[in-house]
Amino acid sequence: MRILRAWAIRLLGLFGKQRREADMAAEIDSLLDMHTADNLRSGMPQEQARRAALLKLGGTEALKEAYRERSTAPVIEHLMRDFRFAFRQLAKSPGFTATAGLVLALGVCASLAIFAFVDAALIQPLPYPDPARLVQVTETSAEFRDANISLPNYHDWKRMNTVFRSLDVFTGSGFLVDGPTGAEPARAGRVSSGFFRTLGIKLLLGRDLTEADEPPGGPHVVLLTYGAWRQRYGGRFDVIGRAVRLSGEVYTVIGVLPEDFHFPPMPRAEFWTTLDSTGECATRRSCHNLDAVARLKDGVSVAAADADMKTVAHELEREYPDSNRGYSASVIPEAEALNGPFRPILMVLMAGAGLLLLIACVNVASLVLLRAEGRRREMAVRSALGASMPRLLSQFATEAVVLAAAASALGLLLTRWATAGLKALIPADMALQMPFLLKLGLNSRVIAVAALLALLAAAIFALTPALHLVLSRMSEGLTEGSRGSAGRAWRRLGSRLVVAELAVAMVLLAGAGLFEKSLYRLLHVDLGFQPDHLATIVVGAPNVHYGSNQQSIALAREVVRKLDSLPGVRSAALTSVLPVSFNGNTDWIRIVGKPYHGGHIEVNERDVSSDFFRTIGAKLVRGRYFSDGEDLSQPKVVIVNQTLANKYFPGEDPIGRQIGDKKLSPKSLKTIIGVVDDIHEGALDSPMWPAEYHPFNQDPGPYFEVVVRTSQKPEAVLPELGRAIHQLHSDVGTMGEATMEGRIADSMTAWLHRSAAWLVGAFAVAALLLGVVGLYGVIAYSVSQRTREIGVRMALGAQQRAVYQMILRDGGRLALFGIALGAAGAVIAGTLAQSLLFGVRSWDVETLLAVAGILGTAALLASFAPARRAASTNPCDALRME
Amino acid sequence: MGESKTDVWQGTLALMVLRTLEAMGPQHGYGIARRIEQTSGSQLSLNYGTLYPALLKLEQEGAIASEWGVSENNRKAKFYRLTPAGRKQLEREARDWRQAQAILARFLEPTEDAS
Repeated sequence: MRILRAWAIRLLGLFGKQRREADMAAEIDSLLDMHTADNLRSGMPQEQARRAALLKLGGTEALKEAYRERSTAPVIEHLMRDFRFAFRQLAKSPGFTATAGLVLALGVCASLAIFAFVDAALIQPLPYPDPARLVQVTETSAEFRDANISLPNYHDWKRMNTVFRSLDVFTGSGFLVDGPTGAEPARAGRVSSGFFRTLGIKLLLGRDLTEADEPPGGPHVVLLTYGAWRQRYGGRFDVIGRAVRLSGEVYTVIGVLPEDFHFPPMPRAEFWTTLDSTGECATRRSCHNLDAVARLKDGVSVAAADADMKTVAHELEREYPDSNRGYSASVIPEAEALNGPFRPILMVLMAGAGLLLLIACVNVASLVLLRAEGRRREMAVRSALGASMPRLLSQFATEAVVLAAAASALGLLLTRWATAGLKALIPADMALQMPFLLKLGLNSRVIAVAALLALLAAAIFALTPALHLVLSRMSEGLTEGSRGSAGRAWRRLGSRLVVAELAVAMVLLAGAGLFEKSLYRLLHVDLGFQPDHLATIVVGAPNVHYGSNQQSIALAREVVRKLDSLPGVRSAALTSVLPVSFNGNTDWIRIVGKPYHGGHIEVNERDVSSDFFRTIGAKLVRGRYFSDGEDLSQPKVVIVNQTLANKYFPGEDPIGRQIGDKKLSPKSLKTIIGVVDDIHEGALDSPMWPAEYHPFNQDPGPYFEVVVRTSQKPEAVLPELGRAIHQLHSDVGTMGEATMEGRIADSMTAWLHRSAAWLVGAFAVAALLLGVVGLYGVIAYSVSQRTREIGVRMALGAQQRAVYQMILRDGGRLALFGIALGAAGAVIAGTLAQSLLFGVRSWDVETLLAVAGILGTAALLASFAPARRAASTNPCDALRME
Repeated sequence: MGESKTDVWQGTLALMVLRTLEAMGPQHGYGIARRIEQTSGSQLSLNYGTLYPALLKLEQEGAIASEWGVSENNRKAKFYRLTPAGRKQLEREARDWRQAQAILARFLEPTEDAS
């Protein structure tokens, strides 16, 4: 306590120095006076009395010094003096300060911006209570790593598992809602009644779903999201208990979800209601259409839950081999399920940003070194005047701290805009699937990382010149024109730094090149149809009025005919799922006349109208297309894709063969009438699956996706499509108007590849610039050091050409080292990121060569300027210079 | 100024200063120095260069307080006085010191049983 008080006073003592000095002088004076007077009284002569007093005092200055040391904190005072000096020094060379500061700030900004995303996506917990106990439960099969689960399986899981406190399921759905301009489709979620309790959501208004709401035939109830409540029902409190019409049926609103409720798998669902437990799919054990989320019991680990669920799935597999053969279960943390897909790309970006920061640090370190070299004389003089080594080093350290702190603060400031900018680059649709974006921001962790980076940078900047200072003998600086070992040592160090920089730049450039190439490959995948001049729209009609086969077929025919007649439209067609969406919506088939071992032959199933293949520009390989008249009154027919034909009819003609369901039940049998060239149904980077196409009229439904081929730009007809359909029926909903090419370019796969290519590309360009500037610095410095040597060479008859060669060779050697080192690094980095690449290997020679060429050219250009300066040296001036 | 005089032992100066101020009441630095020398029977030589930082330290720690006043000879001088905290510190340190002294004394006594 006492010591604290003393230190506080000493710290305060840093101020008000003048008053204290005067006080002290007065006290010493009074002391001397009193002593002298005493001495006089004891009989000493005047002169001697004063002298004796002074002697006893032991020297005024020494006393004052001791007093001063004690009255303030000398360490801090030195530090403050160093800081003031550092500021003055940095202000004296604004060019250096601005360059070093900006370079570092940019490096820090890039790293922090990416880290903010990483933090939001991978570090911050999910926005539900006790998120660590939330898990995703899926079925798994050889084809699907995480398949949906079927309702009967869910009921058995719920009954048989011993590890979950609660297990609930959800699935996406949709309603047609009466809007101001006719029926509007709105997304909805169907969930088991405990869903919100499992997540830990407390309702804002009304009551949650209960088991009493589940049995079929009871009154329909619905929960509203906060957004739907505000926008569709004016945020009125009396909405609870009100009846609303959804898809022509009456639902009672029982509650409103809180404003911050967000469930990423179904980001746009506005209405939440119970599961459909009566439909054909709900009763079939092989109809996989649900996702499951569960809350672990206390003390149960994810691994234990996974093991338990695998046992449960195994029992079910034995009990229901027809439907469950080959199906197991898997449990993973919910956070991983939601954010896992973004992990690899974020890791790549983080690595890229880290490398950029590394280059920035190296660059600034070499700038600092260059400055230290220029200040050797100053350091030598100060050392000769008695400055101790630690004092000199602390001088460098304070400068480094000032520089690093200022740059990091600036970088942190820039990060605010950088994160906002990066966030704005994410399409709104996709942003909804990235719930972590809501948490994006400069929180304490980001600031802590900024502080850490600042500390690291300060350490680098303080240590490099310090090392240099210790290496070079202080005395050398005093001798004029010394170009001794220190200069050489620094040149070696500088060269190594530049090689490192160029190598890192090479890694980033190669990475950008690989991503660019894989994006190109991705966008040029053979789709099996012509995506240009295609416009698409999704149509959904209420079951009540359009649910029967006849109604669906009539609606589909009407829609196709109407759109066909639009000006600018050449043909219109429909399918159950548009191409380039996903592999899924599958059917299990069995081929008549082939041995069957009970496994699943799983194929994509699409229901298409008769003009579908002609409209999208697919290629018929054999047989014929459907005709519009082929409906349920006719024998069932099917068209298969090339992959199916090759896989299950190798060397045979599939036309005329029959396929059916797993039991080959007579009503499931259908005859193959055509083989179409593979149409890319899955995402761009997904493999080609076998597929079967049914006539829409033999498997109709009130939900379908329409595609039209236009004669002009497809964008022009987009607004017409929805309008035309609403003219036909105002109670039919439409959504998702987009051109086919737009859909492809905006797909998640393409977007991920594109953002990787662009961001890593931006990092690479920055790295290239910094690396080249660094190389220029080293070569220029080397030339300035060797001016005399070059002068002598030229005086002895060296040609300009030879001088050029000498300098360019220096630069080329460094560049070559950097490129070789970087190429090795690039291959390693590429291998690590292989899962993100599409159609390119990490050692893609073409990319590596192109990148090496760019870097080599840039390096030569960077060394050309100093080489020219060297070659134009006037030997007389050079020799006289020192 | 005798050559044989002992310098003040480390750590004891503060105690001497506090004790002096307790005995004499408010006193200026010169007076304190003289008093310490006198009390020691002129066996201690007190350098002002040691005394003043010690006074400053005690003041910073709150054991003493200072204020300008006029000395007995009508000179302007800075007077130091004991604060209540200083009084407590004195009691504590004096006790500790006596204890230490007593313990040490037992070690230095001639041993009585030789066997």
